[in-house]
Amino acid sequence: MLAVQGFLLFLLAFIQLVNVTILNLVFILLETLVFKTIALPLFINYIIRKNKITRETEPFVSYFISLLIITAAIIGSFILVQQIQGLGYDTLFFVVALSTLFLGLYVIISRGKLLTHIMGYVVLENGVFILSLAVGNEMPMMVNTGILIDIFVSVLVMGIFINKIGDVFNNSDTQAISQMKD
Amino acid sequence: MLGYYFIIAVAIIASLLLTRKVLQHKILLVLFNGLQWSLTLYMCFHLHSEELGYFTADATAIIMLIVLSILATTSSFHSIYYLQHHHQRHATPQHAQAIYYAALCILIMAQTGAFLSSHIAVTWIFIELTTFSAAILIYHERKEDAVEATWKYLFVCSVALTLAFTGILFLSISAQASGTIDLSYRSLVNHAATFNPSWLKLSFLLILVGYSAKMGLFPMHTVCVDAHTVAPPPISAFISTTLMNVGFVAIFRMYSIIASTSILIWANHVLILAGTLSVFVAVVYLMQVHHFKRMFAYSSLENMGLVAIGLGVGGIGYYAVFLHLIFHSFTKASMFYQIQQVHHIYKSYLIKNTGNYFKYYLPGAVVILLSFISITGIPPSGMFFSEFMMFRALFEHQYYILLIIVLILLSFTIWALGRNFFRLVFSTPEDLDESRLDQGDPVQSISQYVLLGLVIYLGFNPPSQMVALINEAIKNLPF
Repeated sequence: MLAVQGFLLFLLAFIQLVNVTILNLVFILLETLVFKTIALPLFINYIIRKNKITRETEPFVSYFISLLIITAAIIGSFILVQQIQGLGYDTLFFVVALSTLFLGLYVIISRGKLLTHIMGYVVLENGVFILSLAVGNEMPMMVNTGILIDIFVSVLVMGIFINKIGDVFNNSDTQAISQMKD
Repeated sequence: MLGYYFIIAVAIIASLLLTRKVLQHKILLVLFNGLQWSLTLYMCFHLHSEELGYFTADATAIIMLIVLSILATTSSFHSIYYLQHHHQRHATPQHAQAIYYAALCILIMAQTGAFLSSHIAVTWIFIELTTFSAAILIYHERKEDAVEATWKYLFVCSVALTLAFTGILFLSISAQASGTIDLSYRSLVNHAATFNPSWLKLSFLLILVGYSAKMGLFPMHTVCVDAHTVAPPPISAFISTTLMNVGFVAIFRMYSIIASTSILIWANHVLILAGTLSVFVAVVYLMQVHHFKRMFAYSSLENMGLVAIGLGVGGIGYYAVFLHLIFHSFTKASMFYQIQQVHHIYKSYLIKNTGNYFKYYLPGAVVILLSFISITGIPPSGMFFSEFMMFRALFEHQYYILLIIVLILLSFTIWALGRNFFRLVFSTPEDLDESRLDQGDPVQSISQYVLLGLVIYLGFNPPSQMVALINEAIKNLPF
């Protein structure tokens, strides 16, 4: 699922970029195709195999209600964008970006597996990426690279940590890590 | 100069990871501190100089950088002690020590970068870098609760920072609509009056919520509290002081951008709300806490709440905010350094396992009493002056009801903190096996005397340079 999303991002970015320097093109290619489409899904698969994580059987919220909530979020972002139009941007981009952001946050909130949390985080990042495309990306090259490296490292470190949690608790659910409270 | 700093710092970090000898680690750590101080002094003499295109040494950065360098030195010193003791009891592998020192250096470097950066996205990059390095340090003890706290810290901070980044994107939307492409703070402040207010509101909210994970303010404060519980004490001292300053600086710079726009009053109310809720939550938890480090963490939450209120009220509150951050950093750091020695003696952070500290370790008990006086803002502590100025600001701006609420909440904190501190110092604990207690080492208490002395001295007798720097930092804000 994430690989498909990454590839779609690549296509989107590729179509959107009409007049770009070669450096920017390489950067977009690296971010969407290499990192989001290939490296990340492989890495997540590796974690799944190593920790023998199974597909989630009992989500906190039933699938039907989740579907309803997400649909509501998409409709909500349509309405929101209609409200604040007049800035001269492609409104469809905004709708997609906002609903992806909501989707990512919703996945993080509603699921119990830590791995699903990471995937929700990646979806969130994808939403931010679309948003930055919609804005027209005015960040300088250096800054962009820094942001990319940061996100890459964050996913990597989290993945390594899931391994640790799996080793220590023999379980990588949120229930395993709720010992700390007052 | 800053370029050299980054290059040399990275070289030191790399060599820390490559060497295995304890002595070499110490030498490299001393070298790094030397580097940190030379950068700080250089920046002090080159106010407003621009470096590498994305960094400016303005007054806010200089104040925070000096606080950071002072605490970096003390934290490095206490880290060496901490690792020695920890190594004796748990046999940490050598590479774990190397990773600890390297992550400490990365953390200091990232905070330096975050303070000095003059571009809103560069600040974000360095703050994200502090998350990783702090997470590695929190994980150092490698116990079950360390895994839990580190995961929460890493994940919640990452999500929060993503929200903050969305806020930055919204800001760039509103900037672009009015023809500003440059996202450096100076250009944003100059053009802010022409930005679209509704986008600005949205971006301020997102940035406030996002960076509140770093500053330890109300909506995202929980990660900081859990992180304190398991982090090594010298690192807790960092997370609770300079890292909170990093979050504050990020929010403060956003605040300076909107200070000249029409949404300033709205933003002030948001800040006051967040601050009051922080103080309230902190008081509720302080009443029932049973772990020293968690208690300190909630006390930090309370102080950050006061800072947010001070920023929101304005007037003399702006000045008080900076003063309060400086004094809080020194006081809270010395409390954490001292609790490391308490743990060394009693082998526990739980309040019920301690007591009669005066008898077992006199210099430490005096530090505990002094830091109690300091953190609760009883004169002669410097925090008395900063809190007094905040209350004056509240009074002058006719927030009478808020003033009364905050004062009541603060008296509850004094009661809660006092109960636990005096229990540690004076009460005789039941079933405490005296033969299992260790001796304290007075050398380790020196830094706390120096820091607490600084809090008192700077409160009574603020050097004119410090006053000038603070006034310089807040000169663009409306009075």
